[in-house]
Amino acid sequence: MSQARDIYPQVPRNGGPEGHRNGYPPTPLQAPRDSSRQEPRLLAAGPDAGWARHLDTFGTWEPQAAGPGLLEALAAAGLTGRGGAAFETWRKATATAGSGRKGLFPARPVVIANGAEGEPLSVKDRTLLAHAPHLVIDGLTALAAALGASMYVYAPAASLPRVQQSLCERPRGKRIHLAQAPETFISGESSAVVNMIANGTAVPMDQRRRLSESGLNGRPTLVVNVETLAQVALIARYGAQWFREAGTPTDPGTRLVSVSGPAPVRDVVLEVPGGAQLTAVLQEAGMDPASLSAVLVGGYHGRWVRPAAHALSPVGPPGRTARPGAGVIHALDLQTCGIQATARIVSYLANESARQCGPCMFGLPAMASVLNRIAGGETNPRLAAELDRLGRLVSGRGACRHPEGTTGLVSSALEVFAADFRAHLSGYCAGPGGAAA
Amino acid sequence: MKTYLHIDWTSCDGRGLCTELLPGVLDRDDWGYPVARGKAGWERTDVPVRDADREAAQEAVFLCPKLALSLFERPGPEQEKRTPGR
Repeated sequence: MSQARDIYPQVPRNGGPEGHRNGYPPTPLQAPRDSSRQEPRLLAAGPDAGWARHLDTFGTWEPQAAGPGLLEALAAAGLTGRGGAAFETWRKATATAGSGRKGLFPARPVVIANGAEGEPLSVKDRTLLAHAPHLVIDGLTALAAALGASMYVYAPAASLPRVQQSLCERPRGKRIHLAQAPETFISGESSAVVNMIANGTAVPMDQRRRLSESGLNGRPTLVVNVETLAQVALIARYGAQWFREAGTPTDPGTRLVSVSGPAPVRDVVLEVPGGAQLTAVLQEAGMDPASLSAVLVGGYHGRWVRPAAHALSPVGPPGRTARPGAGVIHALDLQTCGIQATARIVSYLANESARQCGPCMFGLPAMASVLNRIAGGETNPRLAAELDRLGRLVSGRGACRHPEGTTGLVSSALEVFAADFRAHLSGYCAGPGGAAA
Repeated sequence: MKTYLHIDWTSCDGRGLCTELLPGVLDRDDWGYPVARGKAGWERTDVPVRDADREAAQEAVFLCPKLALSLFERPGPEQEKRTPGR
């Protein structure tokens, strides 16, 4: 993991300071911040933390006993999902718990830790599974205890051996099932996760009934991102109030972000407080916002924004907020053509369609084709309007949000790269290497 | 309770029978797949059905060759209230 060095700027390598062996937060978590940098929480145990160092850093604790009151604590903490949709975790868990109690023969719910990281620019989940697997498993165990649920970890082949090893290190680890996620963009979509475990095909399913009502083998199913589970483990240990000491009242806690940019900037995973300023995050990753033309925030289903005063938060005033989605932040330098970059991404997304739903199977390649024609220098002035029309045509029509996400990305490109679109459609490209130059 | 026509996009093949039975509710897109008229977002997958269209919608459900349609009822769109753990 080439990112490993970058994400532990201040972690003591010998297992952390004294005085937190009884479940108290390790001191780095409360130390006064130097500059704006967030002290590591999720990765406080340092690189490749095994069971002993995990317990040494976070304190001994019985996740099986953490069930009662956990959902109330999650609600008080205001934890939202870190996999992309930023839905309130307690709400999702409560819906699943409620379905599990219904009917004559109540079905035992299932909690699935989702480590599939289909976003090509995201590395934070595999980083977390490599370095803090026990925190994820703690969170999974605690949440499953709250729901009386059985447990799965769903992760790509590269992450599974580390998870397996961690399960062997800890007591009662054998009760957790493992499932392998294929390396496709949509393999982490929640119904695709259930479909993969049940039927061996990681494509989304039609959801007449929500997974919280009827998911894996008809049981109420809760699919939770691995980072969210690690946050659950910290909230269960240290409480909602502690969680809220980082971040803002509307976006409490911290989140992991995968930051990448133009060479020679190295890809890094950073832990940033909720509501962090985009420019501060870019600077922490070693970039000068003034040297960038645009930043893709949230991943391939995210949006382009200018590298200006945006707060990274799932909620906030539009225009001053960038939704972190799956935690991807990808910067574009001033020399790269945003239209060409977007065309490449949309071509990729069209290719990653599961080809189950007509509007996605035909609409996404059509969008990619129009975008490639504009990127390639075709000067038909109707192309931009056609792109907009296609986006509106496919949105809301599919078993998953793949069409939505793609449309969102394209509409942000039309907005942020409006001048570039005008330039392209009048026959020139602002960036070098543009076919229209 | 409101009635919705659910389109299972993984089954739909764009045969177009539903668009003929419900011309005021469903249009066809560039490739022949149904599009709910005047709706946005998820109301294009779970399409609200007025009482006047209910019978035709029922017929569309029965006649869809791909069995891609179903009718269901649920309380209005407002979020169900919840408290943690209950």
